[in-house]
Amino acid sequence: MVRVDGRGSGSSLIQIRGLDKKYKRGGEEIDVLRGLNLDVDQGEFVAFMGPSGSGKTTLLNLLGGLDVPSSGSITVAGDEITHMSGNKLTQWRARHVGFIFQMYNLIPVLTAFQNVELPLLLTKLSKAERRKHVETALGVVGLADRINHYPRQLSGGQEQRVAIARAIVADPTFLMCDEPTGDLDRKSADEILGILTQLSKEHSKTILMVTHDPLAAERAGATLHLNKGVLVEGAATAVGSRA
Amino acid sequence: MKYLSLIKANLLRKKLRTTLTIGSFVVALFLFGFLAIVHGAFNQGVDVAGVDRLMVINKVSIIQPLPLSYRDQILRIPGVKRVTFDVWFGGIYQEPKNFFPSFAIDTANQREVYPELEVTDAEWKAFLEDREGAIIGPKNATRFGWKIGDRVPLQAPIYGGTWEFNIRGIYKTARDGDDPQQFWLHYEYLDERLPAGRKGQIGWYTVKLDSPDDAPRVVKAIDDTFANSPYETKSETLQAMAASWVKQAGNIEFLILAIGGVVFFTLLLVTGNTMALAVRERIGELAVLKAVGYSDRFVLVLILAESVLIALVGGAIGLGCAKLWTLLGDPTGGMLQSFRLPNLMILIGIVCALVVGIMAGILPATSAMRLRVVDALRRI
Repeated sequence: MVRVDGRGSGSSLIQIRGLDKKYKRGGEEIDVLRGLNLDVDQGEFVAFMGPSGSGKTTLLNLLGGLDVPSSGSITVAGDEITHMSGNKLTQWRARHVGFIFQMYNLIPVLTAFQNVELPLLLTKLSKAERRKHVETALGVVGLADRINHYPRQLSGGQEQRVAIARAIVADPTFLMCDEPTGDLDRKSADEILGILTQLSKEHSKTILMVTHDPLAAERAGATLHLNKGVLVEGAATAVGSRA
Repeated sequence: MKYLSLIKANLLRKKLRTTLTIGSFVVALFLFGFLAIVHGAFNQGVDVAGVDRLMVINKVSIIQPLPLSYRDQILRIPGVKRVTFDVWFGGIYQEPKNFFPSFAIDTANQREVYPELEVTDAEWKAFLEDREGAIIGPKNATRFGWKIGDRVPLQAPIYGGTWEFNIRGIYKTARDGDDPQQFWLHYEYLDERLPAGRKGQIGWYTVKLDSPDDAPRVVKAIDDTFANSPYETKSETLQAMAASWVKQAGNIEFLILAIGGVVFFTLLLVTGNTMALAVRERIGELAVLKAVGYSDRFVLVLILAESVLIALVGGAIGLGCAKLWTLLGDPTGGMLQSFRLPNLMILIGIVCALVVGIMAGILPATSAMRLRVVDALRRI
């Protein structure tokens, strides 16, 4: 179940209440998000759409603990993250969030294996255990045979698949995808969306995706529209629940 | 250790730049090693010269003689334990470049005043029994291939002609900094061949004290004793005397510090610039690292580790080359008393490289640490 009216059950994986985000630009205060409420249950695949500057990426950054709101609260799996210190938030991100960016953001001097292994280096897993996890993640995205390839040796779609493997390798609570298909051709985009759908359906991964692409949004279980910092009522008060 | 591959991969990202930066450390630390070798060559004597021994020279100059008769007067001064004397012989073997310190010595007191230059009893006895005998330093033995029993001719520009000596012993040095290339001959052998007007004169006295604490008082007493005489004296501890000789060659210490300081400062700028570039190019990657859970402190340490690794690798190679150079032997063919790079200087060099590495990396590392993920991702 996905709700934007603030009346979701207390058991939602993600709960947002009265979220405001203001920026100061040239002495002027800009309201990016205004009094936003959201409830997302475990296993939902939610797409956020909206015009440029509507606050989609800002919302994603707040949900991912990369930025702090001006007011309001965000609770993920029982953890209220809005008041966490920088260090705690970093640890929380490592444990709960898998990031997938539009430009893949792989480290070019590391192989696919090493890129995917990065989040695991922060854990206490042994080298053999890390290898097993990385191979599994790369297997899920269909790149088991590209393990020793560098990003420059991969196509855009393959790079994004490595990025997905990096995002899922530590088994985070949810995935944050910022325009994951924005830099890909249609065929590659479909492959990526197929993988995300599979992760949502077969592995019950909660996925929050920002996109401009209506075809991408169609693959999500729920689509929410942001306009001028407000989740537009009507677009989804209780949308696309798979429950 | 699990992060080593990350550091290594980052350093190898721009191989040419990393190689050149390491190269600048190699050159700087090699230069540091070279300066340390030069410093050691000039100061070796100062470092090991005794503070419980005085050197008494003619007040006008060390090349002016003193009467041998002063010996008994010096011995009577309270606090004086022993007195020996030397005369500069200035011998040359075959050609001028084969120069080494050669002295006519006071055989009765030499071993007691200079116990650190050890001669076996058997060799000393053989030396005493041969008026043309000589004791040589170990460096002379290796440099010229001399051995006990050899008869060696030395030219004597000061006294004229060629003098022949029988090598009767090779002294051993007890400490690292002791002069290993002296050549000792009998004072009597020299004195008997001098014209009447020059007999009974020596070059300088070396006075062994009961205690180093007596030095200021004994120095004053000796110089007062011979004040207003035709041969006034100037007395100092051996250490002070050695230091003043080094100063005559110029302020070596200042030169070394100045050159070293400029080199390290330049190195700091070069490496700092390299690290700043390296961080600027990787803003996005550092943001991703932070996004996936790497802490600000980790990013700081990562950048510092790269900077320090460059410094240590370059420093180790530079100092290694300097050390290797010393192992190949003295390029002056023995002109220098010492041609070595002490382990302490290697350690100091490594510490200097480490400090430069940290200082060069600290600003870029701090800016990387303070980097806000959201801002950095927006820039990609």
